[in-house]
Amino acid sequence: MSEAVPSPFPLSTTPMVRAEAVCKSFGHVDVLKGIDLEVAAGEVVCVIGPSGSGKSTFLRCINHLEKINAGRLWVDGRLVGYRERGGKLHELRDRDVAAQRRDIGMVFQRFNLFPHMTALENVVEAPTQVKGVRKDAARARGVELLERVGLAERVHSYPNQLSGGQQQRVAIARALAMEPKLMLFDEPTSALDPELVGEVLDVMRGLAESGMTMIVVTHEMGFAREVGDTLVFMDDGVIVESGDPRRVLSDPQHARTQAFLSKVL
Amino acid sequence: MASPPGSTDTATRPAPPEQIKAVPVRHPGRWVATAIIAVLAAMFVHMLVTNPVFQWDFMLDNMFTPAVLRGARTTLIMTILAMVLGVLLGIVLAVMRLSPNPIVSGSAWTYIWFFRAIPRIVLLFFIANLGALYASYDLGIPFDQQLMDFFGFEADWRFLSLNGNQIFAGFTAGLLGLALSEGAYMAEIVRAGIQSVDPGQAEAASALGLSRGKTMRRIVLPQAMRVIIPPTGNETIAMLKDTSLLIAVPVTTELNFQLRAIGSRTFQIIPMAVASILWYLALTSLLMIGQYFLEKRFSRGVGTRETRAQRAARRARGVGGST
Repeated sequence: MSEAVPSPFPLSTTPMVRAEAVCKSFGHVDVLKGIDLEVAAGEVVCVIGPSGSGKSTFLRCINHLEKINAGRLWVDGRLVGYRERGGKLHELRDRDVAAQRRDIGMVFQRFNLFPHMTALENVVEAPTQVKGVRKDAARARGVELLERVGLAERVHSYPNQLSGGQQQRVAIARALAMEPKLMLFDEPTSALDPELVGEVLDVMRGLAESGMTMIVVTHEMGFAREVGDTLVFMDDGVIVESGDPRRVLSDPQHARTQAFLSKVL
Repeated sequence: MASPPGSTDTATRPAPPEQIKAVPVRHPGRWVATAIIAVLAAMFVHMLVTNPVFQWDFMLDNMFTPAVLRGARTTLIMTILAMVLGVLLGIVLAVMRLSPNPIVSGSAWTYIWFFRAIPRIVLLFFIANLGALYASYDLGIPFDQQLMDFFGFEADWRFLSLNGNQIFAGFTAGLLGLALSEGAYMAEIVRAGIQSVDPGQAEAASALGLSRGKTMRRIVLPQAMRVIIPPTGNETIAMLKDTSLLIAVPVTTELNFQLRAIGSRTFQIIPMAVASILWYLALTSLLMIGQYFLEKRFSRGVGTRETRAQRAARRARGVGGST
């Protein structure tokens, strides 16, 4: 990079996420066949596509829950899961992988709250255990976060005493407690009863408005249109089409996008 | 369950239909079974009361002697220590067994295979006689003598040296045998518990940046406990009973040994055997109470029960009439 030409962007131009030809296979099944994507800081990217298209796998690669087989993946300018030294890739130790994951929040389809802990304990767990935040400070912050997702009343409830929507909101608060730079949402509303979807999407909308960088794998086209900055359509392990959500949804260029949207819209 | 007043007012509803008064089905078989059981029970009590060999007075006089009470204490201490060591060993073995490294998991498998195959009484007898294998048990660098000989030195390379006849005798030998054997059984119980926890839990924990060790200790094991506790309770009860196998070492301070000794000395075999039965019944019942509270403790977050504190708090706030 030469510094001769001044950058048109005054802010940092390091993308929050940069994927270059990312490939992932499970045995003989190629799930990702070369994904190229850039997500700028503060951007909200929604990923749609038929099931089995590799969207969840791609999301899981971003925080190294899955190891990629080829290509490169950077989060905030740092290579995910590896260190490049002398032209060779070295696997990161578990501790360093854990350190990378601290900055990336993840919300799962099935919530994955810790059932033996109350909502507040779920939120407080990672800051105290990973970052070494003092217990009272973490609890105060945890209550704040639970208030932010509208659960001030349910701070001391166990996950099984909460509805699906409430559980997912606790899961979002739990991820936010680590003050991540990037939030990954893996079909956050797919396991919810229809009437509970709205409350979770409202929390996510608020988060997007606060400037959080988000990658959301979703089937909620309304959310993608209204909240997303970019819409990515994936099919069969590749990105078929991406761009402004309104444009992609109303005027899809690619035949596969058209076929998919005609089924879900 | 409180219904809003007025909405289901009886006055607005039609008169409730007449209650059903039907003749219940008769169960003559149950009465016959009850009669048979009553007769058998009477026969049993008759035997206990009329057969003079039971020597109830003698039994009561001799089942609480200081030596027997010390024996009961030794039995309980042995049970607890052997279980604590066995559980710790079991956790280590279970984690090793689930390791991706084949040498680590293979050695855990071999350990479990070996110690599950050997009857406890055989193992105890063998350990008790390890003093005959080596007079002294040393811990040090392997092949130290050969190395020293090679370099022409007169020295060894050992840190710790224990007298075999001292460590492989009495209480220590018994504890060692029971704990080593229990570790193998507990390993399988703990492994089943760990594998019963949804893999999404470990995934969520690592996505938050928790290390492997913390994920295991704080997230997976506490949830695995719910599956681990009930069979561990059974293991504890079995262990209490297996302390009577310490006669193979022998551990002379233990309960069964003491009761039998009285029986042999006085030729009152039956009364002291009955005393043994009653003692083990009492101690086992004690352990069952402990098991009940442990199971309650580790079922937090399962089912839809609220804790007492939560219920009180909700009632006080007056929200959520029913759960």
